[in-house]
Amino acid sequence: MKFGVIVFPGSNCDHDCYHVIKHTLGQECRFLWHREKSLGDVDTVVVPGGFAHGDYLRSGAIARFSPIMAAVADFAGRGGPVLGICNGFQVLLEAGLLPGAMLRNRDLKFICRYVRLRAENTDTPFTRLMKPGQVLHIPIAHNEGNWFADAGTLEEMERNGQIVFRYCDEAGEVTDASNPNGALGNVAGITSRGGNVLGMMPHPERCAEAILGGEDGRLIFESLIEHLQSHAVPG
Amino acid sequence: MRSDPEITPGLVAEHGLTPEDFERVKEILGREPTFTELGIFSVMWSEHCSYKSSKIHLQKLPTSGPAIVQGPGENAGIVDIGDGMVAVFKMESHNHPSFIEPYQGAATGVGGILRDIFTMGARCIASMDSLRFGPLDQPRNRYLVEGVVAGIAGYGNCMGVPTVGGEMFFDESYNGNPLVNVFNLGIARGDQIFLGRAGGVGNPVIYVGSKTGRDGIHGATMASEEFDETSAERRPTVQVGDPFTEKLLMEACLELFKTDYVVGIQDMGAAGLTCSTCEMASRGDAGVEIDLGKVPQREEGMVPYELMLSESQERMLIVAHKGTEGKVLEIFRKWDLEAEIIGVVTDDRMMRVRLGDEILAEIPAHPLAEEGPVCDRPYARPEGQDELQRLDLEAIGLPDDFGDVLLRLLASPGIARKDWVWGQYDHMVRINTVVLPGSDASVIRVPGSEKKGIALSSDCNPLHCWLDPREGGKAAVAEAARNVVCAGARPLAITNCLNFGNPERPDIMWQFVEAVEGLGEACRALGTPVTGGNVSFYNETLGTGVMPTPTVGMVGLLDDVFRHMTQWFRNEGDLVLLLGENREELGGTEYLRVVHGLKKGLPPRIDLEFEKRIQEFTMAVIGAGLVSSAHDCSEGGLAVALAESCLSGPDAPLGARVELRDDVRPDALLFGETQSRIVFSVPAETLEDMQARASVQSLPLAVIGTVGGGSLRVTAGSARIDIDLDAMNAAWRESFAANFRK
Repeated sequence: MKFGVIVFPGSNCDHDCYHVIKHTLGQECRFLWHREKSLGDVDTVVVPGGFAHGDYLRSGAIARFSPIMAAVADFAGRGGPVLGICNGFQVLLEAGLLPGAMLRNRDLKFICRYVRLRAENTDTPFTRLMKPGQVLHIPIAHNEGNWFADAGTLEEMERNGQIVFRYCDEAGEVTDASNPNGALGNVAGITSRGGNVLGMMPHPERCAEAILGGEDGRLIFESLIEHLQSHAVPG
Repeated sequence: MRSDPEITPGLVAEHGLTPEDFERVKEILGREPTFTELGIFSVMWSEHCSYKSSKIHLQKLPTSGPAIVQGPGENAGIVDIGDGMVAVFKMESHNHPSFIEPYQGAATGVGGILRDIFTMGARCIASMDSLRFGPLDQPRNRYLVEGVVAGIAGYGNCMGVPTVGGEMFFDESYNGNPLVNVFNLGIARGDQIFLGRAGGVGNPVIYVGSKTGRDGIHGATMASEEFDETSAERRPTVQVGDPFTEKLLMEACLELFKTDYVVGIQDMGAAGLTCSTCEMASRGDAGVEIDLGKVPQREEGMVPYELMLSESQERMLIVAHKGTEGKVLEIFRKWDLEAEIIGVVTDDRMMRVRLGDEILAEIPAHPLAEEGPVCDRPYARPEGQDELQRLDLEAIGLPDDFGDVLLRLLASPGIARKDWVWGQYDHMVRINTVVLPGSDASVIRVPGSEKKGIALSSDCNPLHCWLDPREGGKAAVAEAARNVVCAGARPLAITNCLNFGNPERPDIMWQFVEAVEGLGEACRALGTPVTGGNVSFYNETLGTGVMPTPTVGMVGLLDDVFRHMTQWFRNEGDLVLLLGENREELGGTEYLRVVHGLKKGLPPRIDLEFEKRIQEFTMAVIGAGLVSSAHDCSEGGLAVALAESCLSGPDAPLGARVELRDDVRPDALLFGETQSRIVFSVPAETLEDMQARASVQSLPLAVIGTVGGGSLRVTAGSARIDIDLDAMNAAWRESFAANFRK
């Protein structure tokens, strides 16, 4: 499968995603510079983590205006799978491809550590290899991961199965203590209404090799690869 | 028209130059200096840039060895790690700015060290920070800690360079002078190293990065003076960091380095344009001429003096091959950076600064950069040193409750778990961090290599150095080496950051000379040369100096990163072994400081030959796959080391049952800080092999217990500790963060 990884000025996890996709999972992968206007012939797009344009204003607020984002919106509109990780999730929110908004972390500090996630919806292109309720061990690293939406939006998203990951404890219980950043409803990852755009704060590319202490992140990429093998994006 | 002030003796003195220095300036120039030239000499000959007080002593450090590719004198040191790859690394201080403005001071410290590394052609892959503050019960110190940690995080995280480790120490002597030492390591191909030298007459000199503003003027001079009550007024001399621009600068430079356009490149750090132009000219045995009218400027009306002395961040000076300048500018402009040709390389060995046709400075580059004043400052053992080292053990009573002592030590801020700190740093970005912060050393896999890894540790026990700077200096190297050895690596080389008080005081100078002697001795004994570093003097406020703090940053190499080791117990039923000897050494311990309120005595002695053998043994048994864990004993002694092995793993804590039989008073046995000791846990089936190897080497290796149970139970003669894992965990894990919830 052909992956495209978008590079904004200030993207930091672009190389990490590239490494995992290409070297760990053996897929084709190319970088897409933010000034490009087309995605070319990629089958799926990853919007990686980092600090696009420095994020001095509001995370993702400038990146959404990059020329490539119009192509990403078009691709997503045609049902193409788009995976936004951390800053990539923030960019997709700002671009209106995902509902809700990010606030600063509850404790007003950057947080980098392993957390646990519960898979809430395993019927998505990104989670199809997981068991319902499966608990993943996966790192986060962000300053603004405190996801928020109004009550009506949240209710509708829950009804539609758009809440894909929630922070939980080792037993899979969704508790306040297991919520690292204050996100509404412990939400760690959501999809678009159509299910083909996923935004998640945790970093699956950081736990896709045993030498780094865990491989749970592979499930997300492998789900996506399996999905792509059976679903072509309409041109 | 600009009107420069007249050069008077008063103005010369304000620039930190002595009458003798000024005579030398006139001798070099063959005339009186201009105002701009006076400013240039002032920064280049400041303590910070010229190393005038330290130079003759630093020459005693070993700087060569089989792995050393580049020793001191360039932007950073370089060691060979095999497979055609090199590691580029250095440590620097940003103490003075961090006291005045903690967030920006620490942030720009990180920015500076990162530039030193990537300017040599390396991609930065790991940072560490070594921090010293006054006690956390003072609000001002908590403010400094919060600001410094946030500043390091803010800069490093945005750059996408992981901060993978470091250390912290707290003492009253840092109340007015916190220390912020930052380390970075990068990886490059051995045949693609770039140096800070000019060459090739007619080659263009190119300025890239941010515009120049008025920030940081005389920052290097500030770092060469003591503080007083008015120091807060110097906030304008602290630079403001822009990590996003630096990220672009790093990516653009790395893109440039893939071409063959570059002759030389240097970061504009301390003393900005001044330092980079004269050092590049001097190293390249060439001249450099620049036109200030072409320098990108952030503010209007900046005079030449300000342009030359500005320490605006995120700037680089490049000498490119003639004819490639258009392509060089194109790369930087693609990344939205400033890029202007500001000058040319000449053959007259002069640093020449013009503004259009007007010549503002014309100075022979080599004498300016390399022939600054050298001081052989007087030094003398302080009168009070004997009293400091005197310790009457008879007068120190044994504690009633050894378990309570252990809990207090585990909760003390120097020992307690610091995830409050490293959790604010992105320590995983670039997915190379194999051992995360929280073990003796952090381990990074080397990108682009199948199996190689690098272990990093930064160490220095300032209390030991204060009581005996020579022993403390030795121990700093030995402990740093032991830490990387416990991760399964072979120590290769060090960088250092030597933080001291006012060198004009003979007692401070004595601390410095002794510590450097100790460092050198240990580096020679352990085969780890010094590749460079930094000296920071004048860490004094109102006459109170910091404890002597010669921080060591150690780099070790793992040929097989899959065979790395960690400090925590892993299996119930494993045997607990102690390599080394337990001696009755209580001087300078955390135990005496925390429990008895004493900062006294002789710190533990170190036998470097024995240390070397301990380390060789440890590398061998880890390499042979005989051990489950390896942990160095340091602050808090054996009891704390055992507790950390129980608690620090990523999974649920494991208890242990330990019995110590040595004929040593029990508090020394449990909490003494005797050097050259390592706690292993091993599967029972490897014990025989371990013992046989130790016996061949005549090394003391004792079975002291087993892993397992819900508590740490230690008996040492009449003393007994038995603490539930949850209670230990609470003291160790929660107490550091609790300081910041007050």
